[in-house]
Amino acid sequence: MLRIAPTLALLVLLGPVFFGLLATIIPAFGYFPALGGETLTLDPIRNLLLEPGIYRSSMISLWTGLGTTVISLLVVAGFVAGWSGTNWFRTMQHTISPLLSVPHAAAAFGLAFMITPSGWLFRLISPEISGLTRPADLLIINDPAGLSMMAGLVLKEIPFLFLVTLSALPQVKPRRFAHVATSLGYGRMAGFIYCIWPRIYPQIRLAVFAVIAYASSVVDVALILGPTNPAPLAVRLVGWMNDPDLTMRFQASAGAVLQLLITAFALLIWIALEKIGGFFLMMKRCQGNRFANDNPMRIFVLVLISLSIGMVFAGLAILAMWSVSGLWPFPDVLPSSFSLKSWSRQIGTLARPFWITITIGVASTLIALVIALACLEREQRTGNTGGNQAMFLLYLPLLIPQASFVFGLQLFFLMSGIDASLFGLVLVHIVFVLPYLFLSLADPWRAWDKRYGFAAKTMHAGDNRIFWSVRAPMLLRSILVAAAVGFAVSIGQYLPTVLIGAGRWPTITTEAVALASGGDRRLIGVYAFLQMALPFIGFSIAAIIPAVLFANRRDMKASS
Amino acid sequence: MEISAKQPLVLDNIAINLEGRLLISIDQTIAPGDVLSVMGPSGSGKSSLLAYIAGFLDPAFSASGRALLGDRVLTNLPAEQRRVGMLFQDPLLFPHMSVEENLLFAIPHSVKSGAERKLRVKSALETADLQGYQDRDPATLSGGQQARIALMRVLLAEPGALLLDEPFSKLDAKLKSQTRKFVFEEARKRDLPVLLVTHDEIDADEAGGKVFNLENTEEQ
Repeated sequence: MLRIAPTLALLVLLGPVFFGLLATIIPAFGYFPALGGETLTLDPIRNLLLEPGIYRSSMISLWTGLGTTVISLLVVAGFVAGWSGTNWFRTMQHTISPLLSVPHAAAAFGLAFMITPSGWLFRLISPEISGLTRPADLLIINDPAGLSMMAGLVLKEIPFLFLVTLSALPQVKPRRFAHVATSLGYGRMAGFIYCIWPRIYPQIRLAVFAVIAYASSVVDVALILGPTNPAPLAVRLVGWMNDPDLTMRFQASAGAVLQLLITAFALLIWIALEKIGGFFLMMKRCQGNRFANDNPMRIFVLVLISLSIGMVFAGLAILAMWSVSGLWPFPDVLPSSFSLKSWSRQIGTLARPFWITITIGVASTLIALVIALACLEREQRTGNTGGNQAMFLLYLPLLIPQASFVFGLQLFFLMSGIDASLFGLVLVHIVFVLPYLFLSLADPWRAWDKRYGFAAKTMHAGDNRIFWSVRAPMLLRSILVAAAVGFAVSIGQYLPTVLIGAGRWPTITTEAVALASGGDRRLIGVYAFLQMALPFIGFSIAAIIPAVLFANRRDMKASS
Repeated sequence: MEISAKQPLVLDNIAINLEGRLLISIDQTIAPGDVLSVMGPSGSGKSSLLAYIAGFLDPAFSASGRALLGDRVLTNLPAEQRRVGMLFQDPLLFPHMSVEENLLFAIPHSVKSGAERKLRVKSALETADLQGYQDRDPATLSGGQQARIALMRVLLAEPGALLLDEPFSKLDAKLKSQTRKFVFEEARKRDLPVLLVTHDEIDADEAGGKVFNLENTEEQ
């Protein structure tokens, strides 16, 4: 059974990606018999290129993808360089972790509620400072350059890159090298960037690529914060994919291929940027440029990262407040009354999406968990980790724009008759749940002191008994946290749910994003609140179970 | 409880290499109740000898030769069927189990009666001078107490030989000598062949048996 685990994992991850891409690319050239496309033609591509604003849409995608990544990575690298090993760093570590589980859409709504002209930030300074008694007529969210969309993405990618960097940090033993650099007169940040960052970056590189791929093809955040006329490429694709005119599917396919190329192009530019950055660092290093006085820079970065974290928390708080607000006119900072009306009105309509969300989340998490555990346990027993290649394959679904293969998967399901089924939805969620769950579980699983297993073996415990009685219970906390991560990933999925579910399986996330254009803040508050509450509940359960089970076991307490 | 007569632990021409460098070459027999101390500086790979005998040598090493318990060839068996007990540098008590659960884990499955299993735990705890410690969290015990529980856990598994991987190195001087005495006494009572690896001469002296010095092939 364990022997097939890695194969099964690859099948589950790469099967959908492969068939999805195939079924995306072929119709782009006009061939899809089910929709009457019998011959190969370039018409879909021609039609695509004739779409008004298609060039601009593509550029917005490219620009937001790269911009998000550059800003997030600079902030994270700067913060780690300037502050690792300090108390500030430890505090930030604890504050930032929960942000990872906040779905993108919820964070984007939170930001929107903060920065719109009628948003909370303007209320804070109105009317006293700004002189405004009515919301100003400003285009802040949905700005044509995609700046607010980029901001929304940065808020979520900073925690992601920060936590990935954090897990790479201990392996390079940063302290020792940092001390050497400091004793040679280098500033804290310069010493870190020169000596330690080059060894961290290769370990987080795939995660950075994943950020580029995600940010250059995101749909839900773009619908909430992104430009509308024209919208980023991925948003327009989804429109064509859901167009009642089925022949639009051909153009959608061509668009999905274009999206693939845009993301690939973004990655290529990034790789060029890596080279330039690496060369620049090398030059500075060889010149012995010490940047000894880096305090202003350190403080600047600290302010940036604190702002970004504060913005998410504040945004979520405002969301929650809107969901229970009564009358809340501009420019009041707080609602003049509170009421549960928005909730009580929604209870009826909420129930179905709520249970669908839970069902898909639990099912995909459980299946992914079994596969991940089986792979890791097999790795342990055979000593074969699969190395970098396995790591790359694991990341592959995260490196390809969702729209580019999920759309094809939809067509593929359409042909095979499992379209819009719960089964198909669970399957497509696993594609995204499994990598994150595995990445979260692999480090603690591998870091487990093998000698416990050896000790058990000398007491004639076999592999299975060691797994169930020793290793799994000792790693229960990590297993549950990984499951919570997987659950949170499933909750956050928008595009795959919309495309594969074909609107027949609404989840909290698809309902929330659908409300974006309506602008009913109380309603958005309700759905977005649930969206962030569900992952939080998952993580709470993951914390409570081991705490209760091992209440009297000091060495089983959560470390750090 | 012990039915089978004890048998010698035979190290039959064992040689262990790491990256083409010979670490250990040994050909010795340890009679029941005897101790063989293998001495070598840290980094000499002496722990790999125990790992080879117990069955979890890292694949980076290559090894030849056999380990036998009587005429049973250990090195052909999976680790969990070798029935050699081992004490590590740390007690490695399972942190999620109580003291009693740790000890119950070791008692052979063939002992079915729950009452009998608990009785064995109780008498093991008495031997270790830790009466009534069944429900304690192992993390709350002192280093010496943990070491004694670890020994009792190994012995409850009814091993045919005992391997000691510097199990006293992390204890302070006074505890070290007490624990050492306790371990050797208990092993001798049970007539077990004991293989000790250490870099501490006093360990070897106290063990009282033959001493095998590893010639370190490295300079220094």
